[in-house]
Amino acid sequence: MNSSDSRSATVIIEPVRGIRSLGLQDLWSARELLYFMLWRDVKGNYRQMAFGPLWMLIQPLVMMLIFTGVFGTLANLPSEGVPYPLFTYVALLPWQFFATGTRQSAQSLVSQQSVISKVYFPRLIIPVSAVLAAFVDFLSSFVILIGMLLFYRVQIGWQVLALPVFIVLAGATALTVGLWLAGLAVKYRDVLLGLGFLITVWQYLTPVAYSATLIPEHLRSLYMLNPMAVTVQGFRWSLLGIGDPPGWPAAASGLLVTALLLGGLITFRRTERTIVDLL
Amino acid sequence: MSDIAIEVTGLGKRYRIGSRAPAPRGRWDALRQTVGAPFAYLRQSLREPTEAELLHALRDVSFQVRAGEVLGLIGRNGAGKSTLLKILARITEPSSGRAELHGRVGSLLEVGTGFHPELSGRENIYLNGAILGMRRAEIQRRFDEIVAFSGVERFLDTPVKRYSSGMYVRLAFSVAAHLESEILLMDEVLAVGDGDFQKKCLGKVQEIAGHGRTVLFVSHNMGMITSLCQSALLLEGGRVAASGPASEVVSRYFHGERNTPYLVDYRSSSVRRGDDLATLLEASVRDPHGRPAADIDIRSAFTVTMHYTINQAVSIAPFPQIQVYDTQGACVFVSFATSTPSFRVDAGDYVATCHIPGNLLNNGTYYIGIALTFRHLGIHTSFIERDALAVNMIDPIHETIDEDRMGYGGIMIGMLRPKLDWTIEPTTK
Repeated sequence: MNSSDSRSATVIIEPVRGIRSLGLQDLWSARELLYFMLWRDVKGNYRQMAFGPLWMLIQPLVMMLIFTGVFGTLANLPSEGVPYPLFTYVALLPWQFFATGTRQSAQSLVSQQSVISKVYFPRLIIPVSAVLAAFVDFLSSFVILIGMLLFYRVQIGWQVLALPVFIVLAGATALTVGLWLAGLAVKYRDVLLGLGFLITVWQYLTPVAYSATLIPEHLRSLYMLNPMAVTVQGFRWSLLGIGDPPGWPAAASGLLVTALLLGGLITFRRTERTIVDLL
Repeated sequence: MSDIAIEVTGLGKRYRIGSRAPAPRGRWDALRQTVGAPFAYLRQSLREPTEAELLHALRDVSFQVRAGEVLGLIGRNGAGKSTLLKILARITEPSSGRAELHGRVGSLLEVGTGFHPELSGRENIYLNGAILGMRRAEIQRRFDEIVAFSGVERFLDTPVKRYSSGMYVRLAFSVAAHLESEILLMDEVLAVGDGDFQKKCLGKVQEIAGHGRTVLFVSHNMGMITSLCQSALLLEGGRVAASGPASEVVSRYFHGERNTPYLVDYRSSSVRRGDDLATLLEASVRDPHGRPAADIDIRSAFTVTMHYTINQAVSIAPFPQIQVYDTQGACVFVSFATSTPSFRVDAGDYVATCHIPGNLLNNGTYYIGIALTFRHLGIHTSFIERDALAVNMIDPIHETIDEDRMGYGGIMIGMLRPKLDWTIEPTTK
């Protein structure tokens, strides 16, 4: 905002009833702040740690080792002809992105209350930057995946071009859940405890450790309404070339997320006006 | 229209405060209440609140601030000052009413909002600036100024958690002070740092105010309010109790409902002050130029005058006197007109003037009582008007801070603030 247009800027403050605009243009005008918040989250989190950002990589790696040991070796679950570590790591990446993004964005308003109660900026920045911070973690774990793809000599096909769609789907799902819960968590802190439980259950409904082919055929469509199942299957399809390309259930799931995301945005806008009074 | 910066009409804010559940009767009832608590909580928070559960933090607040004006916002704790500031800063939404702010708004409700302890001073300048609403280019442009003002150049790349609290606050204030907004909302942030830095802060606020920016300033330090603000708004129980020139509102704050006159004409009063010996006509506080004044610079001399009529000639002249009280009702001093002639006086009108030197009273409001006492037939007081007058002693901190305050910008306590002679001599050779 330069001084010429700011002089004419008029702020009108009055109680708003009903639905108001989603405030996406506010988010755009505050993009620099979004950048700084993200930078603060990413940079601040790993200061004064011997391993620093390496911790971002350790979690999915450890999970991969555990899953490989328990499900791949002990339970000997099928992995559609792909080495099990690769099979599960490809799924763990978007899953971790979603789980971290959801958790961080859902608790973002509560954890940032000292800032929220002292200065105004579009509140949407807070959950959005939480999801973006999870995306930064995701990117660094992705480097390991590239190493694994090279190690197992996987042939990457043209399907890899579809990968960004699934990344966006995972991020949008995380933001959707985060938006619905962030405002609620301010009012009822119970939500944050329940969220951990929800994520655990959700993980079992998503083919992270097992193959979606194990799901009975007649339940498959219902199962694929889970956007994270679509994401994980999409990752496997576009990177490893296994499974079917996403079909109608995936599209339906995408539409569902879009609708829920819009609803989440509206709910968030409704709660953000008085959120400070409840903190 | 364009010359109004802030226009507030009928602003109200209700908060929901919980109502207490009745105390359990017996163990069984206690168990039932514990199990039922989540449901009771949900039921209570979902239905419309009843009047008993509501707290009206603000009720029907209306006022205007002209562009370039510095408005002080005062009131006791819980009067609604912070709520009003939070609404204007868009941190929370009003329950009713409307506010219009013309121009870019910056708010300084706390210094160091969003500082991340693990990040360096340099990084926090950018982060904090962005949170306060500055553009990156703007921060870059003013970066050197911010650093120079804060005086933490050497520690720019140290995480702020290693800063002393003074350094932390200095850096935070510097960022905020360089915010380029037309309207600035400030809450008591000046009460930070050592004397030297307070002086810089005051100078900065003075500068901000001098540049035609509109400032809304909340403080409990009335000396600061009267020296920084032209006008003030007094909130009481969420309503506007008084507004107008800062000194008048400040004295209203100190004395509740009472008005604080500096010029009282008793001729028009329905009740006659005095008796058959003398009648009080008028009393006033006057500045060094002899003009009636509510505000007096603490450094300058002023006078208290009383006009009275002596109704009959008496053999020994009566002596006027004044009593000066502070806002707590403690007497600061009493002064008799000892230099009055002790011979007879004729009937007629007289004016008595008491000269009070500069550098005697502290800043704040004082109440002055006046009386006239005859002594030709033993001691007899003809009239005594306690707290007839009021005077606001103003300490223009930005002017006095160097010489009189030795750089100290905080509160100077005491009823008096005399400027005394000191001598300091070495005792070791």
